[in-house]
Amino acid sequence: MKPMTELTGNNLQECLALLEAGRCSSVELVQQLTAAIRARDGKIAAFTALDVEYALAQARQADEARRSGKQGELLGVPLAIKDVINVAGQPCTCASKILAGYISPYDATAVARLREQGAVFLGRTNMDEFAMGSSTENSAYGPTRNPWNTDRVPGGSSGGSAAAVAADETIAALGSDTGGSVRQPASFCGCVGLKPSYGRISRYGLTAFASSLDQIGPLTKSVRDSALLLRVMAGRDRMDSTSADAPVPDYTAALGNDLHGMRIGLPKEYFISGMDADVEKCIQAAVKQCEKLGAAIVDVSLPMTPHAVAVYYIIACAEASANLARFDGVRYGLRTSGAADPFEMYCRTREEGFGPEVKRRIILGTYVLSSGYYDAYYIRAQKVRALIRRDFEVVFDGRCEALLAPVAPTAAYRLGERIDNPLQMYLGDIFTIPANLAGICALSVPCGFTPSGLPVGLQVLGPAFREDTVLRIGHAYEQASDWHRRRPHLESFS
Amino acid sequence: MAGPADNNTKSGGIDVEYVARLARISLSENERILFQGQLESIVGYVNDIAGVDVGSVPPAALAPPARNVLRPDLPGPGLDREAVLKNAPANDGQAILVPKIVQ
Repeated sequence: MKPMTELTGNNLQECLALLEAGRCSSVELVQQLTAAIRARDGKIAAFTALDVEYALAQARQADEARRSGKQGELLGVPLAIKDVINVAGQPCTCASKILAGYISPYDATAVARLREQGAVFLGRTNMDEFAMGSSTENSAYGPTRNPWNTDRVPGGSSGGSAAAVAADETIAALGSDTGGSVRQPASFCGCVGLKPSYGRISRYGLTAFASSLDQIGPLTKSVRDSALLLRVMAGRDRMDSTSADAPVPDYTAALGNDLHGMRIGLPKEYFISGMDADVEKCIQAAVKQCEKLGAAIVDVSLPMTPHAVAVYYIIACAEASANLARFDGVRYGLRTSGAADPFEMYCRTREEGFGPEVKRRIILGTYVLSSGYYDAYYIRAQKVRALIRRDFEVVFDGRCEALLAPVAPTAAYRLGERIDNPLQMYLGDIFTIPANLAGICALSVPCGFTPSGLPVGLQVLGPAFREDTVLRIGHAYEQASDWHRRRPHLESFS
Repeated sequence: MAGPADNNTKSGGIDVEYVARLARISLSENERILFQGQLESIVGYVNDIAGVDVGSVPPAALAPPARNVLRPDLPGPGLDREAVLKNAPANDGQAILVPKIVQ
């Protein structure tokens, strides 16, 4: 058998080329990846469930299909799926005790579209419970660790997906991004993470956290891989009335190696005191590189940025308090025993089933929607949200085509460092939240390392439904650097 | 942030015990005390938006302008009954069982 790194270290496009050339089979890919998971995941804990037989059965089917001449854009490529996105017949627990034992009766639309193109589903990845968190420490399964330094968090909430990609335990993965949950873990783990525009990918089958903010997004080893997965998943779905009817361009065809003729903005509110100096150095160097590639860099302002975190935690928690009302011990998952009446059953099931962060957010959301507070918090937050959206409309209306910014003010922090101070944890989301509030698209691309060897991500933000623009910028930058090619010391895990 | 009656307000902040009951979540005494402090600081922080001049801007419930999306009301296949019942805490093979609600 070939050495393990020979296949697991490949990105999605490289795997497809090997499969097409007959130089490896999907079964071999799955075997090597599951061996890598067995060897390394004891220390990283990226996966919450792995069904090897299920993965191998799909891989055999893909190999057979390829032999009989069938086509598929992802035929035989193994993917890992965040435990909040439904894959028929597989567990979907949202890393919560309240959904222990839940088996999805159906595929999410994004999953169904990947399946149609021949993708193989490897397993379920860890996350903050119900995607509420920024460190993957709020999980009923315990925390995931950052493959670059296991004392550090992988980011969150899609920390399992990011860590699995970084540790070569999967070829690519899906996450979900409500306030930065794809981009920030991508930044912390040194992979590529895309949050598509609101409505670009159907949310059907994505367990709802905050319905006006949630989007599914890919975590990959290259920008081109991200473009391909987006093209397969994007587009209107009758099962999600908020999915957009906008045409789906060929995102991979739009990728090029230079940025001539592009105007890219630097929002001054994203370069603030308090940002880690090493992170800022990486971002500034990446901006210079984009300039070398032909882009004109212009200074812009998004003055409402300082209010984004407050607006986000009001709106996201309000929506979560309504969405998570369905977890009451009646239709699925946990039901407490011995309750005297239904009211007690709801209250105690939710006490036993939810972790502390989910409880805090439901309580905050209930509070801002309660009588006497609705106008002052919820309605007012929606008005400030409109102003945040207007900020982006102004800069994208003639000033520039995209923005460059950090993904997070710091690189990956230590496990336990912020877990007792939820407000401090929330403030780390300042640079990712505005894109969700405005419904625009944004990409995280590896752009360097801190002196202690932790990855840093560059954020590229673009107008709604201009994923082609952010992918083009990300790809051109990636081609001029090798950050995305670097891997953590994986041999130390075996 | 004054509200009518203010029955979910305690010492100028949030009454966690009362709001948790509205949210149908029981809390242990330790959790109640922990959340009271944490949520007071979070509510204090989100009060920031009170100072923003919002003028006459309409509230945005969704990022893109909201519009009605209609489709023909056609029957289609539902989820597999067995797969759905398997996830329920209690069932009789046909339906989900729930505790008696009407006394």
